[in-house]
Amino acid sequence: MSGPPTGNDAAWRRVRAVAWKDLTAERRTKANFNAVVAMAAMILLLFGFALGPDAEGLRNAAAGVLWLTILFSGVLAFNRSYQLELEAGALEQLLLYPGERWTIYVGKLLANLTFVFLMEAIALPLTGVLYHVAFPERWLEVLGVLVLGTVGFVSLGTLYAAMASRSRSREVLLPLLLFPMLVPVLIAASGATAALLVGDVMGDSSTWIRLLAVFDVIFLIGSTWAFPFVIEG
Amino acid sequence: MLAIIGHNGSGKSTLLRIVATALRATRGSGSVWDADLVRDAVAIRGMVALLSTEPGVYGDLTALENLRFSAEMLGVDGDRRRLLAALERVGLGVEGDERARNMSSGMQRRLSIARLLLREPRVLLLDEPFNSLDPDGAALVNTLMRETRDRGGSVLLVAHDVSRAEALPDRTVEMNDGFLVEDVSVGTPVAVVERAP
Repeated sequence: MSGPPTGNDAAWRRVRAVAWKDLTAERRTKANFNAVVAMAAMILLLFGFALGPDAEGLRNAAAGVLWLTILFSGVLAFNRSYQLELEAGALEQLLLYPGERWTIYVGKLLANLTFVFLMEAIALPLTGVLYHVAFPERWLEVLGVLVLGTVGFVSLGTLYAAMASRSRSREVLLPLLLFPMLVPVLIAASGATAALLVGDVMGDSSTWIRLLAVFDVIFLIGSTWAFPFVIEG
Repeated sequence: MLAIIGHNGSGKSTLLRIVATALRATRGSGSVWDADLVRDAVAIRGMVALLSTEPGVYGDLTALENLRFSAEMLGVDGDRRRLLAALERVGLGVEGDERARNMSSGMQRRLSIARLLLREPRVLLLDEPFNSLDPDGAALVNTLMRETRDRGGSVLLVAHDVSRAEALPDRTVEMNDGFLVEDVSVGTPVAVVERAP
């Protein structure tokens, strides 16, 4: 009756297992991904209609609309991530596996990141088409901003979804808790994306990118630390 | 082997969850093999295995995938043949590629028992283990209890009715309103030594 393996290898094995489990369940049903992509397309279209036909106006609004689309659509993914655990008492079993509970958070974070990146792979070109944004010269930097913004957004979203998961009204509670916390990420990500898409006249993008990186570090460390307390309920 | 009986709401399952570290006690203290329930929760989770009233399986994963996930989380060998052997032992050998969602409650229960077979816990916690199980399934639970005891482990059984437990408990205590009506002697592997006032 030896104890469970410990150390970094065992921890990363658990991280991979949680991510694999979440992604396999999602791949099997695709219900959530289809809903999230449809939601993203709908938001982009509706904002486009609301902003009117002026091409320059649309181009200027593109970055903000893109990030709002990512936020509104992505939040659906976080709820689903914990919905899996609430069926048939799986959360209790998950918490009873030996080892540190931060591994559960990191596994879910990786699965949610994959999910949101896939959604962005569809939302980004759609934004370009609908909002008359030409393929940016500094496309690598645009991708970098997307990655940084998404990491900040998903790291907080994964934590707050865990917090809301035990509430009956979690679908309503999650955006109410999460969105105010995301304001700094939204401002920095929109600012950096706008600077790169419509021209970096003031050299703004590097400042925003540095700010995003700082937010990411704070959110990642804070969320990983807080998760074991939050999930215990 | 310790059996705890009592009415609905007497606190049996809550006690089991506190021992498993799924719940944190708000008062009092306790230990599992000298490991403190609060301070040494991670160590305790390495020693105990809980068969809960809910199967705790993932409906969108197949039976084999559910077991593979458990093996990875437990850090044990997740070889397909080993997982299939566990499924065969609980009578789910041909359902390995079946999604758990499509299984009956009894089959899901058997799948959760197969999860217990992946390791040899020092303390086996069973919450109403005979629910949803046919006689074959009940025999399986009895075998599991005997095997745990035979290799020097402890079994904590919570049930309304312990008559389906073939291996007779060393001690049976009754819980009422969160308190043990009969005392638990010091030295029992799972010792709840302090009660709330």
